[in-house]
Amino acid sequence: MATVTPELIAEHGLSQAEYARVVEILGREPTLVELGIFSVMWSEHCSYKSSRHWLKQLPTDGPQVICGPGENAGVVDLGQGMAAVFKIESHNHPSYIEPYQGAATGVGGILRDVFTMGARPVALLNALRFGAPEHPKTRHLVDGVVAGIAGYGNCIGVPTVGGETGFHRAYNGNILVNAMCVGLAAKDQIFYARAAGPGNPVVYVGAKTGRDGIHGATMASAEFSAEAEARRPTVQVGDPFTEKLLLEACLELMEGDAIVAIQDMGAAGLTSSSFEMAARGGTGIEMDLDRVPTRETGMTPYEIMLSESQERMLLVLRRGAEAAAAAVFAKWGLDCVTVGRVTDSGAMVLRFAGEEVARVPIAPVSGASPVYRRPYVRGAPPPPVIAQDVNPPIGHRAALLQLLGSPDLASRRWIFEQYDYMVMGDTVQPPGGDAAVVRIHGSQRGLALTTDCTPRYCLADPASGGRQAVAEAWRNLCAVGARPLALTDCLNFGSPENPVVMGQFVGCLEGMAEACRALDFPVVSGNVSFYNETDGQAIPPTPTIGGLGLIEDLDRMATLAWRRRGLALVLIGESFGWLGSSLYLREVCGREEGAPPPVDLATERRHGELVRGLIAAGRIEACHDLADGGLLVALAEMVLASGIGADLELPPDCDAGWLFGEDQGRYLLAVAPDHLDALLETARRQGALARRVGTTGGRALTLDGGDAICLDELARVHGRWLPALMAAPGATP
Amino acid sequence: MRAGVITFPGSNCDRDIAVALAAAGARVERLWHAETELPRLDLIVLPGGFTYGDYLRCGAIAARAPVMAEVIRRAAAGVPVLGICNGFQILAEAGLLPGALISNAGLKFICRPVELEVATTGSIFTAGYAPGQIVSLPIAHHDGCYVLAPDELERLADEDRIAFRYLANPNGSVGRVAGVLGPGRNVLGLMPHPERAADPRTGGTDGAIMLRSLVEALG
Repeated sequence: MATVTPELIAEHGLSQAEYARVVEILGREPTLVELGIFSVMWSEHCSYKSSRHWLKQLPTDGPQVICGPGENAGVVDLGQGMAAVFKIESHNHPSYIEPYQGAATGVGGILRDVFTMGARPVALLNALRFGAPEHPKTRHLVDGVVAGIAGYGNCIGVPTVGGETGFHRAYNGNILVNAMCVGLAAKDQIFYARAAGPGNPVVYVGAKTGRDGIHGATMASAEFSAEAEARRPTVQVGDPFTEKLLLEACLELMEGDAIVAIQDMGAAGLTSSSFEMAARGGTGIEMDLDRVPTRETGMTPYEIMLSESQERMLLVLRRGAEAAAAAVFAKWGLDCVTVGRVTDSGAMVLRFAGEEVARVPIAPVSGASPVYRRPYVRGAPPPPVIAQDVNPPIGHRAALLQLLGSPDLASRRWIFEQYDYMVMGDTVQPPGGDAAVVRIHGSQRGLALTTDCTPRYCLADPASGGRQAVAEAWRNLCAVGARPLALTDCLNFGSPENPVVMGQFVGCLEGMAEACRALDFPVVSGNVSFYNETDGQAIPPTPTIGGLGLIEDLDRMATLAWRRRGLALVLIGESFGWLGSSLYLREVCGREEGAPPPVDLATERRHGELVRGLIAAGRIEACHDLADGGLLVALAEMVLASGIGADLELPPDCDAGWLFGEDQGRYLLAVAPDHLDALLETARRQGALARRVGTTGGRALTLDGGDAICLDELARVHGRWLPALMAAPGATP
Repeated sequence: MRAGVITFPGSNCDRDIAVALAAAGARVERLWHAETELPRLDLIVLPGGFTYGDYLRCGAIAARAPVMAEVIRRAAAGVPVLGICNGFQILAEAGLLPGALISNAGLKFICRPVELEVATTGSIFTAGYAPGQIVSLPIAHHDGCYVLAPDELERLADEDRIAFRYLANPNGSVGRVAGVLGPGRNVLGLMPHPERAADPRTGGTDGAIMLRSLVEALG
């Protein structure tokens, strides 16, 4: 047996104090297998040791919540006997090292988290952050990540319907790939991962175990150095075909009563799936590792327990159901092997080649992992930028074109056309709107889905940025007419050991929690990804919010596009001309500074409810929320989606702040003239500022009947940036 | 009309076409690739997807599935067979249709609605369209570039067996071919997805025309 040396402990990412705790728990020195188990279970990725204390402040309850954080995914009630199961997760480090496989297995992992709970996945979304477009690696990473997402999602046949993509040099050395999956299940048919019933068989199903991905969880829990590429062999390889078979086989078996508990083997593979199932069930598990199907010869128990080979599941079956399960998996051509049984010992006992290789009490590994209150410092928010002090370097017309063709606002068509966003036949709003809408199969109801975060706000003022990320997701759902139900979060930050980063985390969480409470928008699942930094350079705080809402009647849904001329354009919300940390300031003035726009949560809620009510009452013909680039960009996006122009009436004191300011809680609506007065009255009664700002019609976007940009030019500028970037020589090294 | 939709390992549009056929009035049977016998069927559909992960040539392994011997026999006996996307690739690999489908000219997966010209109305699949009608159907494929020797393409055109042509060629297909008929005109393979244009809420209704006319013609 290998001697446990200080070097070995350090290689396993355990501190001296943590190791002392391991020895205390076991009452002896660990075996190598046990050291590996503690290493992954106590990794930041699996144990949330730096974040757990702060995550507790997030609201996770509500009448709509069936299952909050702690299971494989969150579950919310959709009424009519249905439930939505959803989660978002990061696959940042693997995607930077090996973009295709990293992104593909990120999609594969999040799909398993959802179907392991008995839900059929119905939609995928992805929130991506890349480095500067001109950085030598960016195009290679964009190309690989998009192809990887496409390769996996298209093959398994779950539509990729939305998400977001951003570019900033702060992500040059550490891109973000956050994958979200949403599934549908019968409310009374949810499967949980609680190993119960001593004597019940523990069954391994799916693909065979190889040496890929060993220590993936540990890799996700350490910062990068410039030699990151050397870690390429630790990236797993995805097989979406096998996952499709696994999906169908699991759902087929779930129709009967064979399954007691089920969990996918994701990060930390067989180790975390077995420990977590036993911990939740308050039981023990014994496994014979010789029985685990392996892809390679000579695999050691250490490798078998730590492999992150994909497309595998661990099941606890009802005793006697083994044959029925084996028949289903045989039909789909998959391995199904009883590898152990549930015990009442409270311990994990692993045997290999006739020897006991590990005996670890489960509760202390899963439940009593270290919790750190890391030191943090919180910076003062920067001063606001006064709109009147911003001297526009170019005219408004030119500024609009520059913004529409800028990396963060240019058309994402090049990306989303590589994704099958239509398979399953229920995509009612494809990518490109405020939120994607997927019909609940066989009904007139729909799920609205979005991912949102504005990292530059979070960097400037974490608490405000955290509030804004939640509010924007909520607003995007309202903008299509959905009632926001719950969210999943993917908290991407630098090293928690850096007090500045920890301060950003604390601030963002504080803002998020406040917004979640004010908007009745609880967190039901999520993931924390720390150590997103390379050579000491942390990414901007990026708490990605994945929001889910319900549309009760798809005939009462809004899109960006109006269908006729002569409609009144109505702006909901107050415009203070907030330019601090705005896209205008960054892209047009070359300044990255200033306090981000404040989020007044009571106003946000009032405006969202007003807009939702108007959509449900059939009073508006198009709707868009105001976000990056403010009013003029929102209007341009609506014009592009409509193929019909509009004229914007400018106030006498119109400045860049009015046109491009990013004040929150605002929507732009298109309303039939007949409904205008009633709508303005409704808004007044509900305490919302609403004013007419223009009219639809023509083949151009005009400002006060003068300065015009024809539709074709808008479309050309908006459409050309990303294809041009990706077509440049050397895009795929 | 009794339609059979075959599910191979990796098929993923099997439910979609079954739903669209049922909406058009068909009685739909879901069939498994390992079957060697099939019930009486008026129409056999090979749906889209990624059979066997497309890890070999697209459709190559599925073309050798147990059920395919019976599909080939039925096709020879005149039963209409419709292959959509991956189903088209399987039909080409099985030798029921000429030509082959290779990677798109741009080497990327493309998902978007495209405009097609109905190149012949002389088949049970296309009889519901007007000659030369322009229709919009979605494509969603990585390997949809149709290739065929020039003389064979000419023969195909002479025999009026080109069913659909792209207006703007999205994938580099020879002669802008999007769908072809077998020699007996009872086998159609096409890359665009008619089942994705069979519901006004999700993708228009141009594909429903094909499905409805099949149901009408086959009782």
